[in-house]
Amino acid sequence: MSSFPRPIATTRSVTGISTGKLAVWWLIASEIVIFGGVLGSYLMHRIGHPEWASHAAHTNTWAGAFNTLVLLTSSLFAVLAHQAADQKDGKKAAKFLYLTVLGAFTFLIVKSIEWTGEIQAGYTISSHTFWSFYYTAAGIHGVHVLAGAIIMLVIASDAKKGVDLQRVEAVGLYWHFVDIVWIFLFPLLYIAK
Amino acid sequence: MSSSSTATAQAPEAEHDAHGHGHGHDAHGGHHAPQSFFHKYLYSTDHKIIGMQYLFTGMFMALIGGFTVYAFRMQMAFPGMSVPGYGRVSAGDYNALVTTHGSVMIFWVAMPVLIAALGNYLIPLMIGCDDMVFPRLNRLSYQIFLLSVIVLIASFFVDGGAFGGAWTSYPPLSAKAQYNLTPLGAPMCLTAVALEFAAFLMGGINFVTTVMNSRAPGMKMFDVPIVIWSIIIASILFMASVGPLIAGAIMLLFDQTLGTAFFDPNKGGDPVLWQHLFWFFGHPEVYVVLLPAMGIVAEVIVTFSRKKLFAYKTVLYTMVGTGVISFFVWAHHQFVAGIDPRMANIFSVTTLLVSIPVAEMVFVYIATLYGGSIRLTTPMLWALAFIAEFLLGGVTGIYLGSSGADIYFHDTYFVLAHFHYTFFPIAFIAVFAALTYWFPKMFGRYMNEAWGKVHFWGTIIAFNFIFIPLFLLGARGDHRRIYDYTHFPDLMKPGMQDLRVLATVSLVVLLCFQVIFVVNYFLSMVRGPKASANPWKANTLEWAAPSPPPHGNFPDGLPTVHRGPYEYSHPDRQEDYWPQNAS
Repeated sequence: MSSFPRPIATTRSVTGISTGKLAVWWLIASEIVIFGGVLGSYLMHRIGHPEWASHAAHTNTWAGAFNTLVLLTSSLFAVLAHQAADQKDGKKAAKFLYLTVLGAFTFLIVKSIEWTGEIQAGYTISSHTFWSFYYTAAGIHGVHVLAGAIIMLVIASDAKKGVDLQRVEAVGLYWHFVDIVWIFLFPLLYIAK
Repeated sequence: MSSSSTATAQAPEAEHDAHGHGHGHDAHGGHHAPQSFFHKYLYSTDHKIIGMQYLFTGMFMALIGGFTVYAFRMQMAFPGMSVPGYGRVSAGDYNALVTTHGSVMIFWVAMPVLIAALGNYLIPLMIGCDDMVFPRLNRLSYQIFLLSVIVLIASFFVDGGAFGGAWTSYPPLSAKAQYNLTPLGAPMCLTAVALEFAAFLMGGINFVTTVMNSRAPGMKMFDVPIVIWSIIIASILFMASVGPLIAGAIMLLFDQTLGTAFFDPNKGGDPVLWQHLFWFFGHPEVYVVLLPAMGIVAEVIVTFSRKKLFAYKTVLYTMVGTGVISFFVWAHHQFVAGIDPRMANIFSVTTLLVSIPVAEMVFVYIATLYGGSIRLTTPMLWALAFIAEFLLGGVTGIYLGSSGADIYFHDTYFVLAHFHYTFFPIAFIAVFAALTYWFPKMFGRYMNEAWGKVHFWGTIIAFNFIFIPLFLLGARGDHRRIYDYTHFPDLMKPGMQDLRVLATVSLVVLLCFQVIFVVNYFLSMVRGPKASANPWKANTLEWAAPSPPPHGNFPDGLPTVHRGPYEYSHPDRQEDYWPQNAS
């Protein structure tokens, strides 16, 4: 990867913020409006239809709470990885990134067990608009979790060799964002009953 | 990919490794080994090549957009005829043609040419650096865009044909195959749009990051040329508005394919939700394409008036103002969709407000022209025509923004003519200004001026003869989306069909004149007289690079900026221009 000749443009930093970090902030800004669109639509519907609470009652709050804990813990590891990268300790940074990835996969496994139960109980994506929102919002978020895990695996394998350590912070920013989206999804989809 | 092409890919990279990342300005540009055609033109990371890929793809799509409008306009003027080159247009064909024309012209012509092609080509050159900050992301964004083109074109040929539910894709028509009768065309069209959005989000992030971080030393915020500002503001607008529609596109795609119920009231959904999500993007989108057009016109007018831009900061602030207000106007598309009339009043007010900053920009351009040494070159003619024609589009918007009048005008040809009086200037007139203005830079040669002017007058006159009749028809209540008017006696009153024929004939004339442009454009690339680095004696940095600029853009070292972009006819100077990089 690093053999690609980087143009001078990439190395300039008029704002004082590194190019990669700046781009991640803009990525997050565009992601906020995507999730904003889904959650805004969902919220308007929920306000207009109090009876959806009867559907929401069938979600598994404890599984959601456990997953919240898992994601928050993984965010802690992302911070520790950033700290290690700042100290130029690539091996340690990689170790913490792997722990973050472990959190991501734990989240996805819990989620799939949860969904299996709900689908078997007859609550599929097409049974009601509540369930359409439930699976779509959490599904888009799940794709982000998976994408984050893959990116962190790539960055960790570079960081282990001490290459491109500045990326550890950038992926950490993204990971916190994914975490925060879940912090919004959890109360809206699970707790509001 | 074959193994041989991978091997050639590594050759220049391996050479680069020897230089390491720390190459200085002078070393850059000289160490690129000759590349295969594939790597130079089809798989390049050079921003100029990617810009041209977008441009030529956009031009190709414009042929599709032009052909579809030709086919369905012929059906409207001469119902039931066998259209030369197409055949008989059935009712289903008609829907598909109208939809394809709209989607293609907005998403695959205006967007890629105005934002992606010009942004890619101009941003690094005009801010004085060698490339985008993420060249490979840039290449990926074009590849995803190309994929979206392929998916869209494939959807024309699947079982059931291309999607026919209008470019706005309102559910329930777009959501259920039993209504739209295009079980494959509908999801494919939506997938193509979603892919394109993904491509432009990547491109937008790249643009904004590049301009924020990689400007030439000395280039401060107010030294950035207006066209670059306009592309950046447009990219941010796009990023901030497209999210809900991406979400909406996923929801609609699931409604089409998985049987979800987002827009189905039987299961608790709401079809009007789509309209909100669509127009929350759809209206800022108008300004996403308008602002770069305004930026192009600013550059061309200043250069050919030999005068400083009248009020740089006013243009900049009004562009930002337009962008902000554009987020609060979307429901003016839904005055008859059953929204609360009190809300309609609010949206009327915001809609009329947005005309203030846009009018301000036009005033600034007119003030720039006042007292200038105006040169009526082909690009200047296009820029002046943009102002005149866009004004007509803007003024007719006042009628439609007022909810009372809109209830009468809704879904008539008045709306259509208004829309085209804004979009045709944006997507074609301003683009022709840009293509003719930057042609010497892009290809190192001049275009033919005489044929350029023939093309200009042929296009502008024909354009007005298409849409003025449609305004008249719309004011008489002529409804859109009607396949054969002979079934509607109220819409066949004396003169109405004549106006339809006039519009169609003018359209054919306009399309014929585009042949002149295409021939002039491509012939001038090889036959035109050679152009110098700065043929228009302009100030901005792209003219400091050779014509055409090599890979790395500035072979004599990246420029340093000493002043703003519009120092023309400065009293202390012998020359009437003062390049940004001249010491």
